[in-house]
This record gives sequence, C-alpha cells and structure tokens, in this order.
Amino acid sequence: MSGEVRLSRRRFLKYAAGSAGALVIGIGTAEALDRPPPLGLLGDAWAQVGPYLRIAADGRIYIGVRDPDNGEGTSTSLARIIAEELDADWSRVIVEPLGLGVSQGNGEPKFTYGRQRSGDATSIPAAWADLRQAGALGRWLIMQAAARRLGVPAEQLRGENGMAIAADGRRVSYADLASTAAGIDAPTSPPPLKQADRYQLIGQPAGDVDARAVVTGTLRYAFDDTIGDPVIAVLARCPYPGGSLDNADREAARKVEGVYDVIDITPEKGQPLGQAAQAPAIAVLARDTWSALSGRAALKATWKAGDNPEPSSQTLEQKALDLFGDDALAPSTVRNDGDVALARKKAARALEATYFQPWVAHATAETPNCVVRLDPDTSITVIASTQSPRQAYTVVQRMTGFRPEQIDIQVPRGGGGFGRRLEQDYVAEAVAVALAKKADTIRNRSIKVLWTRDDDLVRDFYRPLAVHRLNASLDRKKNIVGWHQRMASPSALVGRATPDNRLWQSEVVPDALPAGLVPNFRSDWYPLDSKLARGDWRGSPHVTPTFASESFIDELAHAVKANPLDFRLGLLGEARQLPYSGRGGPIDTGRMANVLKLAAGKLDWSRWLRSENGLGIACAYVFGAYVAHAIEVAPTTDGIDILRVVCVADVGRAINPLGLEAQLQGATMDALSTALNLAITVKDGKVQQTGFRDYPIAATQPMPYDVETVIVPSTADPSGASVIGVPSAAPALANAVFRATAVRVRRLPLLRELARLR
Amino acid sequence: MAQQGPTSPVPVPTKDASQPAPKPVREGIDLIVNDKRYRHTGDKTMPLLWYLRDVLRLTGAKYGCDQGDCGFCTVIVDGKATAACQAKMEKMSGKRVTTVEGLAGEDGKLHPVQQAWIDEDAIMCGFCQPGQIMAAVDLLSRQKNPSDADIDKIGNLCRCGSYGRIRKAIKRAAGAMKDGKA
Repeated sequence: MSGEVRLSRRRFLKYAAGSAGALVIGIGTAEALDRPPPLGLLGDAWAQVGPYLRIAADGRIYIGVRDPDNGEGTSTSLARIIAEELDADWSRVIVEPLGLGVSQGNGEPKFTYGRQRSGDATSIPAAWADLRQAGALGRWLIMQAAARRLGVPAEQLRGENGMAIAADGRRVSYADLASTAAGIDAPTSPPPLKQADRYQLIGQPAGDVDARAVVTGTLRYAFDDTIGDPVIAVLARCPYPGGSLDNADREAARKVEGVYDVIDITPEKGQPLGQAAQAPAIAVLARDTWSALSGRAALKATWKAGDNPEPSSQTLEQKALDLFGDDALAPSTVRNDGDVALARKKAARALEATYFQPWVAHATAETPNCVVRLDPDTSITVIASTQSPRQAYTVVQRMTGFRPEQIDIQVPRGGGGFGRRLEQDYVAEAVAVALAKKADTIRNRSIKVLWTRDDDLVRDFYRPLAVHRLNASLDRKKNIVGWHQRMASPSALVGRATPDNRLWQSEVVPDALPAGLVPNFRSDWYPLDSKLARGDWRGSPHVTPTFASESFIDELAHAVKANPLDFRLGLLGEARQLPYSGRGGPIDTGRMANVLKLAAGKLDWSRWLRSENGLGIACAYVFGAYVAHAIEVAPTTDGIDILRVVCVADVGRAINPLGLEAQLQGATMDALSTALNLAITVKDGKVQQTGFRDYPIAATQPMPYDVETVIVPSTADPSGASVIGVPSAAPALANAVFRATAVRVRRLPLLRELARLR
Repeated sequence: MAQQGPTSPVPVPTKDASQPAPKPVREGIDLIVNDKRYRHTGDKTMPLLWYLRDVLRLTGAKYGCDQGDCGFCTVIVDGKATAACQAKMEKMSGKRVTTVEGLAGEDGKLHPVQQAWIDEDAIMCGFCQPGQIMAAVDLLSRQKNPSDADIDKIGNLCRCGSYGRIRKAIKRAAGAMKDGKA
C-alpha cells in the first residue's frame, strides 16, 4: 500500500504501510524529472524518500528531524511543526535525529532529506515550507480512514490530540486508524494546511525533547559515542598556518604504556578549505584517552613556521588603514547609491570613525571529534556532530571512494556549533587516521579522534579580524545624507573556490541598514591577506558590520545632540518595505521601528538623558528577523556592571516561544561575552590562546542575571532563531558604555580597551 | 559489546557498597563510583575523568578544557564538587564518587536538581549541563537557600549562555528540596 502527492515540480509526498500496522510518510525530491515518477518505480525507491513521520499502531508517533541540532532547539521545533499539522498527541511523540539521508541515483548521490544544513537560521523557514505538508497528509489520510470507520464524511471530522473526532462526539485514535490510512488512495493535490487559529502546539512553549537524556547524562554526544571498543587518537598538529614539522620523538611516544601506534598525517593538497585536514600532524593511537595524551606529550613535537609567517593582528590592522588611505586601489564595491563624494562636499558636517574587531574563535563546548569505523573493502560508518552532514559525506566519499550505500553518517546532538561544525576538517582528519592505521592489533577496530581545548583554539576557523571605517555626511537639518562604509578583512571565502569579486559575501551584507535609508550610500570591502583559516561564526557577515554601523549611528546622534532612539526612528522614517537582496527580505522599516520602541520601552528609555547609568540601544535585521537590544550599564571603579539587558525580536510566527527565548538569551550572552573579553591574537606566526584562561568565555559573572526577552506576536512566516540575537547586542553594550563612562569604545574586546582609555 | 583493555579495572560485582569487598586479586586503587566498588589497576596518574569515561564508560562527565576551568567534568568526590580532569586516580583511593548518572533514584525518579533543569528548560546544547547540575547539587548540599552571589561562585561555563535559566533552576531546586524535607 502506498501513494504519493505532488507538492511542487520537484517535491512530492509519499506514504506507505509500515511494519506492524504503521503509517509512514516522507518527502521526496524528484531530481530532474518533469513528471512524477511512476508508482512502480517509487516502490523500489522508498529509500530515496525521506520518511519523517511514522504513526505506529501502538499510539506512538515517531518524528524524524533532518537538521542537526547543536543546541538550536530544532529537534523540538521541527518535530512540533509536523505534530501540529497532524493534530498529534505531543506526549506520545518520539523524536529521532535522522542522520544523513543519501542513496544511489544514476551514479550520483541523492540526498533524501534535502539540505540538512544547520546554520544561518535556515532550518525553521525550510521546515515551514515543506514539513508541514507531511503532517497535513498524515492527518488527511487518518481522517479518510476515520470517515470509513465512523461512516461520516471526512469533512465533518476533526483531529485533536491524536484522536479523530466526529461531530456527534464519537472518536477513534490515530493508532487504530494507521494501517487503514496507509491503504487510502492519495489525494489529487496536497491536503490543505491548518488554519493558524486552530494551532495547539505552534506558538505554545515546549521544553527540549532531549532534556531528560541530558540531565541524566545518558545523551550520547559524538564525544561520548563508540563503535565497539574504539582506538583513541589525539594529534599533535602544527600550530603555524603553512608551517611544518621540525622534530618529534615518535619512539618515546610508542614506548608510553597503552600506545598502539604513531602515524604521520599529511593533509591532502588542493582541497577546498574545510574539506580536508588542516595541518600536518602526528597521530598517537592508544588504548584510552589518557594513554593517547601521554603519548602525545612524549612526542615533544616542535614545529617550524615556514615562509611568510602569519602577521600579528596589529600588522593586519595597519594594512587595513593603509588600504583605506590608498585612493589608487579599487575595492569591491558592495553597494553604491547616489554619490557619497558629492554628498560629502556639500555636507554641513562630516564625521568619521574607525572600528577594530579581533579574530574570535568558536570554542564549542564539545570540542571537535569524530568516530570512524572503516572496513576498507565494504563500508564506513562515521559518527560526527556536524552542521553539514552532506559536506561530511562529500569528504568521506572522496577519501574512501565508496558508493553512497556504503557510507553511513550518523549525526547525534552536538555540543554547540556556531558555524564551527560547518567545516569538516575534523571528519577528514579522522578518516585519514582510519585509512592510515596499519598496526595489526588495531586494524579492525574503530577509531575515535578527540581534540583537546588547545587543539580547538589553535586550529579553529576563526571569525575574521575586521577593520571598519565609516564616514557620514549630515545636512543642516541633521539628516544623514551620505554614508560611506569601508571594511577590510581576510575573507572566509578565500580557498573555497569563490571568485575574487565575491569574496566580500562572507564579510558584509550589501543591503544591511542604513542602506536604503540614506540617499548617498556606499559600501566597500577590501581584502586582507592571512593564513589563519576563517569560517562562519554565528551569521558573521551581520556581526562585525553591525557593531560598526550601530555604534556609528550612536556617535552621529551624539554629535547632533539627539536621543539615539529618536535618531534611529527618524532615520527609519515611515513604515515601508526596502528591497533586500539577502535572505529574508524585503525589510519592513515599521517592524524594525517597532522592536526598537519595545526594547526602549521595556528598559524605561525616558531615563536616557538623566540616568547616571548608561542606557544603550541598537538594532539589526538578520535573516528575516527584526531584533533590538537595549542595555543598561553602571560604571564601576575599574569597568562596568551590566545591570539589565533587553532583547526584543520579531521573527514572524514563533514556533516554540520557550526555545526562541533561549536562543535570544544565549546569543545575547555570547555576543556580550565575546565583545567584553574575547580575542584570538597571533604572535610569532601562531595563535596564542590555548584555554579558557586566555580565552575567557564569561561565566555567570560579569554576565547579567537575565536577558529580558520580548517576542513580538506575529502571523508572518517564521524566520530562524539561532543567530539573530548576536549582531545588535555588542553595539547596544558599547552605546550604553558610552553613556555610562563618556568613553566611546571603537576597539574590541571592550573591557581591555575601556581600561586603556579611562 | 565493548572489550576491556588489558589494564581495565576489575569491577567488583558487589551491588551493596556497605558489604565488605572481596580479597584483592590484583593491586589497585579501590574507589566507589555511584555506590559501586571498583578497582583501578592502570596508570595511577590517569585523571578521574578519563577513568570514568574510558574505563567505566560513564560519559556523563564531559571533557572541556584539561585545566579545571570550565566545570564540564564536575563530579562529587566525598561530598565535594571536583573537576574530574584535575583529580588523579592515585588520590582517589577510598573515595566515594558520584557522577550525574548516579543522581537519579533506581526507580528513575530524578534528583530535584535534574527535575528543576527540565522544568526551567535550562539546557541548550546541553554539553555543560551534567557538570552544571553536579555543581548545583554540591552548592545546595552546603547552602539550602543560595543567594545570587553563591550561585556566581560556581563559575561553571555554559558556552550557549543559558545562565539565566540555570540560575532559576538552582533556585527552583532549592525550593523543591526544602519542600521535600518539610
């Protein structure tokens, strides 16, 4: 028994009878097919359809979650999107991570669960587009089955908490209907989605589905997982980008009790960044982690920096300033409206400021790690917390030459991602170790590569250091009539097959405000050279530019003696839509003004002028979400106290307000911690930070006791949640610090700079 | 099933920790973990963290930093919160260790701190939370009614920044433990 329903030209729903009287529903992609594949074919191709939903005859409802959950809460929110349309009983729902879905199709891999990428707040919008349909088909089939059972038209039935209920009150459980539903003929078009006023789950708070497993210590992160009795490997990696091995005592390492083998690992050449191991290394394979660590210590490996060692941060910053001052250079012009040079000539007043932001690391709670079981003749199993299982697949496939069905990639809940796990270097490295392991005693055992914290901090894919210079022209009425922003950074897209004229795309967002609000607006980007690996860091093209622009707007407000809230609202002007080429657009200036007003109101902004404490505000438009932060700080003898932090977000419809609140609070905490204290620095060609003492992620102090969140009620389609609370937090803090101390901090980390300037 | 390496401990199959241990068959370090007796016969300098994780396969205590700074590996040793990465096995002789796996009752009933964590939805990625929970259990064993300043002294890191909810969960647990005793 099976059937299918066309969703769009390329997407279709499929359902079938599962074992033990279950109904199973999936979503498939018809790659390069004009017509739906015939049912006969689909019968064989069930593996190419991602099953998301299984209604079992015992009443349990299994929902598969396709996107990796590294703390974004998608295990909960994606499952509830499906459960809502189904009218399922949430207490009977069992959520399972799907792992990578890949199968063979004409010699090319077919990815049965679609993108499966967790990053840039994409999971929820994508789920809204298709996962609801899976739930809706389930409900439709169940209602057809109930109609037969109860002898009433399906239109007169409703679903509620896993029961089909007739107008006269008779009811049948989904469990009893599942096997009949699997035999119902498919509807000719996708069944209608629920009206929002009938929502029971969406918009209601829900705790994390993995909470019990986490608090009992039974949840297995990849770091905790094993396949059989794994050999533990730790690597001594070259700390110098572009460097090489100087000397190592491999024999001393081999002599350490418990060490099985010592293997040199050379990264593959010519692979895009993030798809091969990062550094030359020596792997120590051992019985347990302590033996491996002891073996690594015994290596006493020393390394050479190589030619043209990585410059210090100061050198890079100076280079940026030189670039800004060199009129002969042609930067990448990201956006150019009107004529900023002419506006400056005519301006009543012109202002300039330069902002410096350091390299920062991800420092995920769970350090990179990967479990690999390789049988060179038959198959490979990889357990990895990755934000991009498809990229992991590409790496594993390339390195092993296996066919899709020989590759199993399992993706357990990850201990934080923040963009670090978009890179698959740690997967490639683990596969390289598995391929190289030869010692007879361990040939058939799985391996588990673990990174220590110093490994993680010294060989991250850092958020690029960035220098921003902003120039504004004001007319006599104190309006901003010209805005010229220049940014210099080492692009995170270098080494990833991106043409030079697109390297800015990982660094700056062309239509970010105040673009569209200022008649003469220009945004330029200049490349800096660096050997440090760079990557995405929590929506990074929004992060450093927003610190610069939202700090600068505050400086302009101060220059014209305006209240920075009123100044921002004036700049936003009438509620209207601004074109936006990035994801989520257009920008609705009314929604942006609204979050600013709500944040200000919550912090009692009327105190702004008279308060001894400093009140600061900032806003950002991030992947379709409107976010504002309002922060109150008090000056102390040697720094500041953060007294209150308000975060207001309009994300459209909030799927799980409790989860959204957590994301906003967490992103705000991270942004504040990073702005206050964190910097990766380079000295003598290598990263200096090796632990939480010199990379001091904030504990409860000096963090605020709470982040007060306001979620704007909305019926607009939902945006993502996981990074949107980052960009506006740091500038709101710096703006509050200015009011509290009269010191404008234009260089992060903030506390160090504040101490220097006061 | 996982095979034990040559220097793996000999878990003494005594369910009740109050019974006397059998005569040693091999020299080692005897300790009690979650009410079970174990003998470690391997490297005496191995940190408790790797003994728990690699030898006993108790992976609730997490690795975070090697330096005792992050608190992910917090366990309770003789009634005191301890960074398992800093506690060498040679110092563990005769010690009573409780890990997050040992908190809940045998009937599966959660410890009030674990329950409070669920009720406040305090987990985000969750990786630091077993350590946070053990640190909170330790705090509440000393301070029935902890102040915000007491909570700040814990110092465990949460990379996701769930500090507001962790604070609320500790206070909720304090209330529940008080009510439970009243």
